[in-house]
Amino acid sequence: MSAQRDRSDQLLFLDTGSTSFTEFVQSYAPGLLPARFETTGSIGDLIPHATTIVAATFAGGVVMAGDRRATAGNYISQKDMDKVFRTDEYSCMGIAGTASTGIEMARLYCVELEHYEKREGRTLSVEGKANRLATMIRGNLPLAMQGIVVVPLFAAYDTEGGAGRIFSYDVGGGPYEQKRFAAIGSGSIFARGALKKLYRDGATAEETVLACVQALYDAADDDSATGGPDVTRKIWPAVAVIDDEGFRRLPDTEVESHVRQVLDARMADPDGPTAPLR
Amino acid sequence: MSMPFGYVSPEQEMRDKADFARKGIARGRSVVVLQYENGILFVAPNASRALHKISEIYDRIGFAAVGKYNEFEALRLGGIRYADINGYTYDRGDVTARGLANLYAQSLGMVFTESRKPYEVELVVAEVGDSSADDQIYRLTFDGSVTDEHGFVVMGGVADTVAGRLKDRYQSEMSLEDALDAALAALTEPGGERPPVSQLEVAVLDRNREHRKFLRLAGPRLERLIGGATSPAGEEEPGAQAENGPATAPPEGEIDTGSGE
Repeated sequence: MSAQRDRSDQLLFLDTGSTSFTEFVQSYAPGLLPARFETTGSIGDLIPHATTIVAATFAGGVVMAGDRRATAGNYISQKDMDKVFRTDEYSCMGIAGTASTGIEMARLYCVELEHYEKREGRTLSVEGKANRLATMIRGNLPLAMQGIVVVPLFAAYDTEGGAGRIFSYDVGGGPYEQKRFAAIGSGSIFARGALKKLYRDGATAEETVLACVQALYDAADDDSATGGPDVTRKIWPAVAVIDDEGFRRLPDTEVESHVRQVLDARMADPDGPTAPLR
Repeated sequence: MSMPFGYVSPEQEMRDKADFARKGIARGRSVVVLQYENGILFVAPNASRALHKISEIYDRIGFAAVGKYNEFEALRLGGIRYADINGYTYDRGDVTARGLANLYAQSLGMVFTESRKPYEVELVVAEVGDSSADDQIYRLTFDGSVTDEHGFVVMGGVADTVAGRLKDRYQSEMSLEDALDAALAALTEPGGERPPVSQLEVAVLDRNREHRKFLRLAGPRLERLIGGATSPAGEEEPGAQAENGPATAPPEGEIDTGSGE
């Protein structure tokens, strides 16, 4: 035991010269990194997929919301999956694509930010955080070619500018900064269409949460892989708000009241609120 | 029987190393770590804003050190790597101060026996629990020995004198303001002037915080806390200037590098 243990203990005290936790893991225990293996042929359809995430800014912050469904082909593999992750005090990410790799990536990214912060005694800038995530997504490109695709959506509160910011990615990395709102995942086409009509500049946090819940409903309405609100099991969308007080995950009761409001209105008008024509 | 020229007995060698390390550690200023009602408080007189003696290691774990900066900084970074890799491999709850203290003990012990120069450092690894009975404070010395401490720890500088003063004032379950007041009183020579807020490094592991319990206290917030002590603070205020013993006064200014006099 001891010879090997001593060796790995010594590696802990050997300075890699890099502030990156991922680079340290690569030299210390590469097997722990998400998906560094090669597969033969495409296995994308066999693995559960996470679906729709939306994000929208409001005056003084940003909202991110995700549905709760994971699917493998036509099979619903999980009804209450959580795809919105707090990554540090002022940022969060949502994942679409291969669920397992996405969860691992979010976990690694979270440690990556914290590791930098503890080591350097300062937090990364919002751009720095967004770029770091881009590198991680790019690292997954070989697997993405074989069907294990992960695409995140990153939202952060910029303490210097005092505003919420959204960054999207593609399989090759990014980041692409998005103004006002963004959506990813299989239902994103429908969600983006809905947000386009429902987004209001200068809206409050609460109104923006409502717009996101409406957008997710529209996504679930037209995309089979996106889960709608499950009234019988009381499974509601995952909603997070980040403002100058930091990251806050809305409690189920609060989300429920928003969802009930949307459902009541849709009883009369199933297609939801109509935007003025002129 | 004659010994070969230049022979030094192992006992003598260890003694010399220990004396050397002790001298280096005593040269700086003291650091105080103590329990208060909501967690663990760290107080270090430190003129530098950038070079920390106190640091966060993980969710519930904090670190304080005295001695040579480059040596304890290397240990701090190693500790952060250890905590992050274990938390990532298993779960955040599986990272413990006990495990970290063991790692430091191994590393310090190995350096002490195998290198010509031992580390001139002393560390505290503290973990805040759900209640003060679950708090853990480990003190590690330059030779790798570990002691499990309760209540408070003073290390570096004139540690025994400071610990004596703290012992008179320390009570369990003190409020943060009172604990801070006790720590500052202990760190100050009788009759001396307390270090200004800008020269203090203060942090807490607050069990009531969410996620990461470690929080640095500085600026106006620290000033308010220092002003808010409930205990009578007039016991040893200015007046007895004569008692100021210059012999034990620690050097001023930056973190000491431990090299040279």
